[in-house]
Amino acid sequence: MSLQQKYPKEIKQILSKYPPEYKRSAVMPLLHLVQRDEGYVSKESMQEIAKLLDITETEVGAVVGFYTLYHEKKEGKYRMQICTDLPCALRGADEFMKQVCEHLNVEDGGTTADGMVTVEHVMCLAACDRAPMFQSQGPDGIKYHEYMTIDRVNEWLQSLKQVETGEKR
Amino acid sequence: MSHILLRHRDIPDLHKFNVYKKNGGFSAFKKAVTKMQPSQVTDEVKNSGLRGRGGAGFPTGLKWSFIDKNKWPHYVVANADESEPGTFKDRELMELNPFQFLEGLAIASYAVGANVAYVYLRGEFWDIAEEMDKQIAEMEEAGFLGDKLFGTDYSLRIYTHLGAGAYICGEETALLESLEGKRGQPRNRPPFPAVFGLFGKPTVINNVETFANVPPILANGADWYKSIGTPDAAGVKIYSLCGRVRKPGNYELPFGSTFRQLIYEHGGGVQDSRPVKAIMPAGASSSLIVANDKVLDTPIDYAAVKAMGADLGSASVIVLDDTVDLKWVISKTLKFFKHESCGKCTPCREGTFWMNNISKRMQNGNGVKNEDVELLLNVAEQIQGKCLCALGEFSTMAVVSGIKRFPQEFNRA
Repeated sequence: MSLQQKYPKEIKQILSKYPPEYKRSAVMPLLHLVQRDEGYVSKESMQEIAKLLDITETEVGAVVGFYTLYHEKKEGKYRMQICTDLPCALRGADEFMKQVCEHLNVEDGGTTADGMVTVEHVMCLAACDRAPMFQSQGPDGIKYHEYMTIDRVNEWLQSLKQVETGEKR
Repeated sequence: MSHILLRHRDIPDLHKFNVYKKNGGFSAFKKAVTKMQPSQVTDEVKNSGLRGRGGAGFPTGLKWSFIDKNKWPHYVVANADESEPGTFKDRELMELNPFQFLEGLAIASYAVGANVAYVYLRGEFWDIAEEMDKQIAEMEEAGFLGDKLFGTDYSLRIYTHLGAGAYICGEETALLESLEGKRGQPRNRPPFPAVFGLFGKPTVINNVETFANVPPILANGADWYKSIGTPDAAGVKIYSLCGRVRKPGNYELPFGSTFRQLIYEHGGGVQDSRPVKAIMPAGASSSLIVANDKVLDTPIDYAAVKAMGADLGSASVIVLDDTVDLKWVISKTLKFFKHESCGKCTPCREGTFWMNNISKRMQNGNGVKNEDVELLLNVAEQIQGKCLCALGEFSTMAVVSGIKRFPQEFNRA
């Protein structure tokens, strides 16, 4: 199903924020819509956005490639993005990253065997006083998880599983 | 002392529309639109001595007065891209005292004659943006945003716009590019945004905290605001305190407070009671200051931190104690800047890449070679002063100050 068929209301609302002659501004919000829906940004969606905004597919692709919250490849359903920048690292973020990787049996950038979670390190998320922390990016949008321990990670993973089984029912 | 910006710490539920309104909310905006000329509003902010809180410390009222009055429409953009490692103050303001920020944005828009304003939030602030859309709708419903406000001819709409993870978009011209739907790469200046900004139109861009200062300034007057702080920097500042302190967090203090007060009185002192070795007052882009008694007891404002050989920036204070290896610190900052360089200017793109490589080599356990230290300084010097925006410059700050001020850590003593 095309983006326009699936999200007519959202697209209209996004376009209404910008002057009609500068509708290219809508490219980032539209990409957020796709990223959330598909878990990545497909070629087809890039083509559709390009058409919708009267710009080239290359121009859309350049935006996708530049910003870290858009992904060109489908990976885990949820992305677990751990900040390991200086302030977080001063509060144990590197050790936390290591523990999470060991616990989930993945490397930095890897995805769990069940395809649920991709673990990756990211740059500062403005939560320096609440480290260790990570951000999850998935079908529920972008959420912050702060003051983290492995136990609390397990709680989060458990809640994902509950959502999953709920969906399947 | 009650807070001027972090007022939600004194008033519960201040993030709720009715609570904010009941506590004097929107009266400054109403006063501006119904009783003041736009130029009077700008003059009041100019006289208050308010300086931009995003990092550069440029006088806010002066910035507003630069807007090109021969070219229309005008835009106001709030920089809510907060992404300097060590900074988390705008987030707290938007989460817990959002209406004060939005009211300030509305007042600024009236002052420069803008009928549309955008809030550019970093993409990770997804939940904040969702809440803010509701808050904006509440203001529209109550007649504080929309057409013909308070029975005048003035109209204003505010829209949120999410970035998608790029530090560089905190730089104002990169932010504008991003808001126009392009990669966030800085523009050449001049022309400045006051003449050629969003969609090529005159634009004022300020930080979230800067806007949050505006309603109390209009409500209480420029003289009241100027009576707080120092002659160099009026008013209060939110310090994001983090690193090796016991109680990291945001602390609102008048300018003229000291690092010792911040770290020990407010931040609870250093973990394990270790001594402070170095302070980075402006996050990862900061020079490292040797934390001696004189530095700890100096009243802080922009000029005072400059005299210490650093910048106050957005006051994201990272505290490093004597257990922290500064070679490791610069490996962290370099990794960050290498990742965040937008790639437009060759010295920054290549320089951050090579500095990161050299720094990794220093960390691999084979000891620090003097030729690597010299090479780092050499590359840093080739970046400085040769890039369109400050990111390239920022990437060299901790490196150069670290090597020069802590030579023993780089085997140079």
